[in-house]
Amino acid sequence: MPRFLHGYLYAILAHIGFVVLWQVAVSVGRIPSYILPGPIETIAALAEPSYNWFRHIWVTTAEIFGGYAIATVVGVALAVLFVWVPPLNAALMPLLITLNMVPKVAMAPLFIIWFSYGIVPNMLIAFTICFFPIVLTTYRGLIEVEPDLLNLVKSLKGNRWQIFTKIQLPGSLPFLFSGMKVAAVLAVAGAVVGEFIASDSGLGYFLLVQQNALNTSAMMMALILITGIGVVLYGLVALLEYVFVTRKGISA
Amino acid sequence: MIGSATNQPFIRLEGVRKVYRFGGKEFLAVSDVTMDINEGELVSLVGPSGCGKSTLLKILAGLHGHDGGTVEIGNPETPFTPGRDIGMVFQQALLLKWRTILDNVLLPAEILGLPRAASRERARDLLAMVGLENFADAYPSQLSGGMQQRASIARSLVHDPKLILMDEPFGALDALTRERMNLELMRIWKESGKTILFVTHGIQEAVFLGSQVAVLTAGPARMAAHLDIDLPEPRSLSVKTSEQFGNYTKQIYALLGME
Repeated sequence: MPRFLHGYLYAILAHIGFVVLWQVAVSVGRIPSYILPGPIETIAALAEPSYNWFRHIWVTTAEIFGGYAIATVVGVALAVLFVWVPPLNAALMPLLITLNMVPKVAMAPLFIIWFSYGIVPNMLIAFTICFFPIVLTTYRGLIEVEPDLLNLVKSLKGNRWQIFTKIQLPGSLPFLFSGMKVAAVLAVAGAVVGEFIASDSGLGYFLLVQQNALNTSAMMMALILITGIGVVLYGLVALLEYVFVTRKGISA
Repeated sequence: MIGSATNQPFIRLEGVRKVYRFGGKEFLAVSDVTMDINEGELVSLVGPSGCGKSTLLKILAGLHGHDGGTVEIGNPETPFTPGRDIGMVFQQALLLKWRTILDNVLLPAEILGLPRAASRERARDLLAMVGLENFADAYPSQLSGGMQQRASIARSLVHDPKLILMDEPFGALDALTRERMNLELMRIWKESGKTILFVTHGIQEAVFLGSQVAVLTAGPARMAAHLDIDLPEPRSLSVKTSEQFGNYTKQIYALLGME
């Protein structure tokens, strides 16, 4: 086994063990496959050409990644704005907290009315559901600066921009990444909910269609693929975090 | 030496006074601070919490104004540029976790916009001076508390300031490391020839390091006395067991009402 896998050995074994347990439960328990198909049957669903897997995967991926990217850009921009203009923070942060209480899932039907259905409205649902944690954590990270470090910079007549670029922004990275990890999970849920409400493609839409046909193995496969997209997104964020934060021994 | 400009003190404090106001109430943070400090001197400021030591440092750093008295830094021989000639060391090293030690030391040079290549060379020399030449590319988390504080001392020197202000720099270190850092600071001070103001809670430390010790008291915050410390040079740890040393510390305990 390659060296770098050693640390992950138990994690990999646990995943394999889970799949094995699934198969054993189905076989020993004699569970009918329309209730719970085994892993082999589930994977076999991939071979069915009429399922159009690639198209659905592409649509859902675009919604998740698109909504997530907008959330990251808007979230960081708002956090920066709030730090630079404190009155704006005083006025808008409480409003954002209130708006965050609105169940975004329940807003999805309105989104359909406002934006019709398709990839873009679903992206927006993913965006609204996942951008708040990014604003909040990034803001926290930006304002958390040691007062004496500010004194040091001010004693040399350092300006606000220098404080921002040299101290605040890099210092906020661990916070940003923890927000982005929370947001990654939410973005996946947001995109799928959007597809449930109204769409004509995507893995969430596919799931509902197959439900009508009681095609459980296809549904399970769609679920696994959605999870897979989420894991890839989370993995990318974790990788960035490793490169920019962990490798340098920084912690929040 | 009569009439020579070098006889002028580098720092002249006379009746320095600072008042804070909270909700209509006045709170005296510093009063009656009067002392002269010559260039290249290491002066200790000792006193309990709340005696205004840190406030005094902030006034000297140009971070706070003062409400009365005179604060003059610099003389014709050695002019002082506010916002330029200040180096600061705090109780916490406050190194930026995402920067290497070398890049941390370079922070003041970056803020002042000093030439890069020359600053890097100077930073490397300073790291060698504080014994961290092999850690230039390490990150702060890889260093012990004492080593981090050495790096922060190097950072305070990188822009070649004329005045170094140290606010309880060894207060967070264990007792043995603290003793070692006292010796290190003594050496660094001699090698750099800087004027250093050293704020501390530690009476022994204050006497061991300072050529003068200013004693400040709390409630009301004022300067109680000012001692010239005359101990054999170069000072080594053995000086701490001498009778002279004991007399100085006794005097300071008495001034702080702790006898």
